[in-house]
Amino acid sequence: MKYIDEYRDEHIVQSLAAQIARRATRPWSVMEICGGQTHTIMKYGLDELIPASIRLVHGPGCPVCVTPLEVVDKAIEIASRADVTFASYGDMLRVPGSHSDLFRVKAAGGDVRIVYSPMDAVKLARTLPKRQVAFFGIGFETTAPPNAMAVWEARREGLDNFSMLVSHVLVPPAIRLLLGSPHNQVQGFIAPGHVCTVMGYWQYEALCRDFHVPIVVGGFEPADLLEAVDMLVGQLEEGRAVVENQYVRSVRYEGNVAAQRIVEQVLEVCDRKWRGIGMIPQSGLRLREEFAAYDAERIFGVGEMTADEPAECISAEVLQGLKRPTDCPVFGAACTPENPMGAPMVSAEGACAAYYHYRRHSFQPSEVS
Amino acid sequence: MREEQRSIAEMVCPAPLPAGDQVLLGHGSGGKLSADLVHDVFLAAFDNPILARMDDQAIVSINGLRLAFTTDTFVVKPLFFPGGDIGSLAVHGTVNDLAMGGAQPLFLSAAFIIEEGLPMETLRRVATSLRQAASQAGVQVVTGDTKVVEKRSGDGLFINTSGIGVVADGVQLSAHRARQGDRVLLSGPIGEHGIAILAKREGIEFDCPLESDSAALHTLVAAMLAASAEIRCLRDPTRGGLSSTLNEFAAQAQVGIEIDERAIPVREEVKGACEMLGLDPLYVANEGKLVAIVAPEAADRVLAAMRRHALGAQAQIIGSVTASHPRLVTMRTTVGPTRIVDMLAGDQLPRIC
Repeated sequence: MKYIDEYRDEHIVQSLAAQIARRATRPWSVMEICGGQTHTIMKYGLDELIPASIRLVHGPGCPVCVTPLEVVDKAIEIASRADVTFASYGDMLRVPGSHSDLFRVKAAGGDVRIVYSPMDAVKLARTLPKRQVAFFGIGFETTAPPNAMAVWEARREGLDNFSMLVSHVLVPPAIRLLLGSPHNQVQGFIAPGHVCTVMGYWQYEALCRDFHVPIVVGGFEPADLLEAVDMLVGQLEEGRAVVENQYVRSVRYEGNVAAQRIVEQVLEVCDRKWRGIGMIPQSGLRLREEFAAYDAERIFGVGEMTADEPAECISAEVLQGLKRPTDCPVFGAACTPENPMGAPMVSAEGACAAYYHYRRHSFQPSEVS
Repeated sequence: MREEQRSIAEMVCPAPLPAGDQVLLGHGSGGKLSADLVHDVFLAAFDNPILARMDDQAIVSINGLRLAFTTDTFVVKPLFFPGGDIGSLAVHGTVNDLAMGGAQPLFLSAAFIIEEGLPMETLRRVATSLRQAASQAGVQVVTGDTKVVEKRSGDGLFINTSGIGVVADGVQLSAHRARQGDRVLLSGPIGEHGIAILAKREGIEFDCPLESDSAALHTLVAAMLAASAEIRCLRDPTRGGLSSTLNEFAAQAQVGIEIDERAIPVREEVKGACEMLGLDPLYVANEGKLVAIVAPEAADRVLAAMRRHALGAQAQIIGSVTASHPRLVTMRTTVGPTRIVDMLAGDQLPRIC
């Protein structure tokens, strides 16, 4: 398949790995931000192909993982109502809230539906005029435009039974927080290609400047990621710190301006709590006041709900790249994808889940079962 | 940040959700939840040595005659899909469960649970299709049952079929027989049934139409058994896909399985749909494929026999059985390193982005 096979070609991938080995003269730690990138690294074993001196650490970019506990609780509360049809991307259904998850709500009779696009939820609202249709609008900048578009479209059509539970997060403030931490060990970042497809990469220049750190916008296939690592190692070896774009087949400097415009019109920046990390200032998006009529938190009166977020295993350190999933004493034992104890184990894209699914044989050969 | 100041020892994990307090859709996915349900509820209740073999069919002896007996229930939505419908599927599924025990399928029962309001024409079409599939497979529907449930108590139409077949002398197929060094054979490209159903349900269109691979596999099995007696076991990778079947083999035989990603045939349309939807073809359902574990010296002979049959024309040797990492399936990826192929907990969920 074009744009897939060549990026998974063994010879291309191996030669990129060899190039990294030639270029690297000392140890470097680089972080991939996006959960999709973590998934690819673990799925294909890319960390085994590059020299051990290049440490790949996994960032906080799994939208499912970092959605706060209390937002999951709000979703569960709304979805449990008899008059509500609750629509969500599939992988949010398994995420545990404080006491339940959306699968259990569905099993108990709640009308919970998996959709592939928020526009499908708008369609549901159109076809079920007597029901309240609420969509779980989460994710990074990548899913913000379709979510914003859905609210925009609902207003345009005058649908009064559509709403969205919004808990969007933004990448650059999270990188800024990581870089500002006294414990930071990350020396270069692979920026998330899909986020940058929407937003461009001009926002990342300030980070390079302020922290003298190189950032390479990377794609999601094995060859993409190794090329991005190679570009980062090149910058690090030469002492440069600029934004470079590896994912040129998708990302432009200015991004998708039309998509940015619809986001700007419907959503506004706000402070946001991240599961496993805590509050990050100006790191989220919420509905603008003029779209309050579509705000599920207000419609269903769940805005004030809070949940005590217990410190989940070592997820704070994992999400900041300070520790690897296998450093956790409960990894693979008490904490598994069936019984996740922390954010990075709940979604397939979480760092812990990726380690568990693809690689636990290489870490603890005596304990696999 | 406050989290940074805490040591690991001070951190408290939240209590996990109570497991197993109610049945979830994932319990029907063919993954780990399904296996747990069968083990904890049904094996516990019905425990006996025949059931405990946990193959796709029971083999029972009556006066020296070895009978294969199996049952399956079909709840597919939509009822009609490219390449088949619930009627033909209800025949193929049960015929294949018998065939995987090495049996010649003979007789089927068919039970219909019908939701009130189902158009009579729909029921007639399904019945006709079921009869045609049965006669093509050389089996007869010899008994049946009908129940009608109130509106909203069913989903249009559910069908259960049970089947009986005869196992020839000398044929011994069971996952427990897999040994180190055995080869793993796959009869053709994976994921076609699941993607055809999903595409129809979600309105995804392809340049070349993708059809379900739904088919009766007993003649392919007969050809394989004629080629060699050294076939250890067979299974059709339906719900949960190839990965679940291989994991079941590994768990039952207490062996490890190693496969090579590049050897696994996947059609471009299936690959494309999976990329788009964030799914992995290894977990997508098939209804006309089989996986065989075969002694190494017989593998080429069995492969050749499969390839001579229309339903095995694209058969491949995809891996082997190993003594290292028992109960685990690993795969050499397209770029070199090896990874685990896990059994999913529940259904494969489309990813957010």
